[in-house]
Amino acid sequence: MSNILSVTIFLPLVGALLIATLNAEAKGNARWIALWTTLVTFAVSLLVWINFDTSTAGFQFVEEHPWLGSLKYKLGVDGISMLFVILTTFLMPLCILASWQSIQVRVKEYMIAFLILETMMLGVFCALDMVLFYLFFEAGLIPMFIIIGVWGGKRRVYASFKFFLYTLLGSVLMLLAMMAMYWHAGTTDIPTLLQTKFPPEMQWWLWIAFFASFAVKMPMWPLHTWLPDAHVEAPTAGSVILAGILLKMGGYGFLRFSLPMFPNASADLAPFVFTLSIVAIVYTSLVALVQEDMKKLIAYSSVAHMGYVTMGIFSATQQGVDGAIFQMLSHGIVSSALFLCVGVIYDRMHTREISAYGGLVERMPKYAFAFMVFTMANIGLPGTSGFIGEFLTLLAAFHANTWVAIIATSGVILSASYALYLYRRVIFGALEKANLKGILDLSPREIAILAPLILLTIFYGVYPSPVLDVTATSVKNLVENYQSAQATAAASLTTRGYQ
Amino acid sequence: MIDSAVLLVVLPELILALGAIALLMIGVFMPNGEAAGRTVSWLAIGVLLAAGIAAIDQSGSSIVFGGAFVSDSFTRFLKIVILVGAALTLLMTLDNFGRAKLLLFEYPVLVLLATLGMLMMVSANDLIALYLGLELQSLALYVIAAFKRDDVRSSEAGLKYFVLGALSSGMLLYGASMVYGVTGSTSYATIADVAKMPEMASNIGLTFGLVFVLVGLAFKIAAVPFHMWTPDVYQGAPTPVTAFFAGAPKIAAMALLLRFTQAALPGIAPQWQQIVIFLSIASMALGAFAAIGQTNIKRLLAYSSIGHVGFALLGLAANSPEGTSGVLIYLAIYVAMTLGAFACVLSMRRGDLYVENISDLAGLARSDLTFATILGLLMFSFAGVPPLAGFWAKWYVFLPAIKAGLYPLAVIGMISSVIGAYYYLRVVKIMFFDEPAEAFAPRESRTFAVMALSAAFTVAFVLPFVGGALVDAATAAASVLVSAHPL
Repeated sequence: MSNILSVTIFLPLVGALLIATLNAEAKGNARWIALWTTLVTFAVSLLVWINFDTSTAGFQFVEEHPWLGSLKYKLGVDGISMLFVILTTFLMPLCILASWQSIQVRVKEYMIAFLILETMMLGVFCALDMVLFYLFFEAGLIPMFIIIGVWGGKRRVYASFKFFLYTLLGSVLMLLAMMAMYWHAGTTDIPTLLQTKFPPEMQWWLWIAFFASFAVKMPMWPLHTWLPDAHVEAPTAGSVILAGILLKMGGYGFLRFSLPMFPNASADLAPFVFTLSIVAIVYTSLVALVQEDMKKLIAYSSVAHMGYVTMGIFSATQQGVDGAIFQMLSHGIVSSALFLCVGVIYDRMHTREISAYGGLVERMPKYAFAFMVFTMANIGLPGTSGFIGEFLTLLAAFHANTWVAIIATSGVILSASYALYLYRRVIFGALEKANLKGILDLSPREIAILAPLILLTIFYGVYPSPVLDVTATSVKNLVENYQSAQATAAASLTTRGYQ
Repeated sequence: MIDSAVLLVVLPELILALGAIALLMIGVFMPNGEAAGRTVSWLAIGVLLAAGIAAIDQSGSSIVFGGAFVSDSFTRFLKIVILVGAALTLLMTLDNFGRAKLLLFEYPVLVLLATLGMLMMVSANDLIALYLGLELQSLALYVIAAFKRDDVRSSEAGLKYFVLGALSSGMLLYGASMVYGVTGSTSYATIADVAKMPEMASNIGLTFGLVFVLVGLAFKIAAVPFHMWTPDVYQGAPTPVTAFFAGAPKIAAMALLLRFTQAALPGIAPQWQQIVIFLSIASMALGAFAAIGQTNIKRLLAYSSIGHVGFALLGLAANSPEGTSGVLIYLAIYVAMTLGAFACVLSMRRGDLYVENISDLAGLARSDLTFATILGLLMFSFAGVPPLAGFWAKWYVFLPAIKAGLYPLAVIGMISSVIGAYYYLRVVKIMFFDEPAEAFAPRESRTFAVMALSAAFTVAFVLPFVGGALVDAATAAASVLVSAHPL
């Protein structure tokens, strides 16, 4: 039990090594090994969740071993990271299933890349050493670069380079900030750093360096331009991972580093983040409205939804942060599902142009239903998981700044327009195009992929407590520390004023 | 009368010197040229390993020959890296020169002599010892650069290397004479004592001497703006020779630089720090930008090596124990990766013809996935992507730079590393994303062993018993130059 996090993280790597020993022709075996590896990893991570104690804000399942020099190999989860681990392990088997038919060339390498990617993503959420975190955070770029570049669409080379270099540029600045933190605090241990008080001037620089990395990853307007390219060119499962998990690393980073470690800088710069957030919500929603490519539309909608997340995080209230985490999880499910839905018809027709479709409901009623559920969740309809996160973050924003909340709320209307517009043009209307006449409805494999996502979307929409219970204690602790840091700063300002 | 304890201190050098002479004899008296070359090469590898074992076996620190020669954990660390690097390049040479009908016994002997010069450079504790080691190394290297006698490019490379190398040696000698003129001694210890005096901080003669010595050394490590010879020599020299050039000589010259600045001139640190910072920025930036347009993989690696020297200099610019051990770690990792990369270049063969264009690698992932994966890992490692060794190399040199407050330098360095990542990624892209070109001839076992070893090292570096051991060794080595606390 004490090494369960290491087991969770490195199981996929073991699976990848196993696949590497197969000969290149063994496509079927590679798929099955990958599927079983991800399923077992999911089961192990559920074991972590079941044994997770929601009453404490501290890190649990902590492992610590000496590593290079003074660095430590240290893992652990708390209420903030726990559910991201589950989200990752949950989405991976679906990704493998979604690639079952659509990936026919170099299957072995594809599965290896995905399993290595899973190891890196899980490592990001479990790492309790800054350098270990950075290592996993960056190492994930290698498999993703290969996935986009090898199995992607026409402009895959451009998209993969853009993805890699954008993210790398942001991250190296974070690395320098980590070095500065190491010399200041004498350690790279995250729990210790959470207790360290950095001088306010230093906090600003550190905050900006971390922001450079996480804002690109998130992505926040105006650093989001790599995302539509990467999404459009990546294979379906790649888009799912990108939207479902890689984007969440940015939000997770804000919650793990920026907000708790640099509270004063976060407070000072919150208006800046709010501004970028509402621009993201309104502007990218408008951009989404005019897209002709389905994946691009969903990609822009992702950027808009991430705007709610950053807004919630930097409101630094219990509702805001809870809502941000919930929004990330919900978006992880919903946008992944939307990409999978696009993948379903792309596999059949080999085009993502919205205008190439129309009237699918006549031939694909099951598909139309699934797509409907996720469209509604994307809009944030009450009763779906999308509603809870948006509502909580808007509530928090209202407390922080009324204008921010008002402008951000208009994003809800805009998201309804683009999502419904997409749905109408693809699913409704007359089935006029000759090549669509013979299109087949969901296969059992596709139902197996989408059904759990539908269930979760609705379940968490009507009963969000399982998620909020896990996060509540850790978030409460985070918010309290944040507020006490503000109080200290204010007090020191006052005393300085009197002198 | 030299007593035997002194001979034990210089045992690695003795083994190399006697080995080189003995092998020269063997080569001359063996009738068949090709067989002589092969035998002497294997024996030379044995001599290098024997010298390596002798170096590992030493302990403690001692200064002999009237203070001119020093042996301590710093020199041992570097000597072992140099000897291993030289032995592995000879191993690759066996495959390549055998095919190119170049397997002459003179080559391994010259490599031994060059390596002897490098060991002398590493151990030099006196300006005269420094120059002797440097010239022994350089003269041997000039010859092997032009080893493919009837090839125009190789001859050009040898000539270019000789002219510029001689110029830089001259500058170094000129600088050394100025330092001697001001301080009245060639011994580092005495120079350090004199340079520590407050009035020396503004002494024109010492500053000029310092500048000339640094310029001479900058030529040897190919730091910008003294790098012009590198791409041509790298491209022109036979590939196994290039592999040798890219590794061991740089380490030896860097060792000179480290000891000369930190042991002889700590008193005027601000002066040399400025120069090192400039060299570092210029090398990192030029290495990053100039490599983008290259089509020949050897030229690409030449520019890449210029950039890497810039990164290594970051550690020296910090002027701290952490910085010095950072440089040592960087050099060790750099040599390991470079050897692997050149082993890959040496495996790019169609029939009996070696090819050198990056486009020849197109679609390699489909014809030979193992080869492509190894070169891909090395490229990601060069780019500094974790968890590969190249990332740790950068980590350990940027860390002291940040501690020393060199923030602009560190930011410029990081940005150049991102720009540099572009051309490393381009190689990966050509191998993995492009349509396959004609497949390469089957891999040769010895060359393949080197590249597999190198890739395994870059991956395994994250493990405590690989990377941790190296980091500890480097920290211990750096502590003799300047007292250190562990990283």
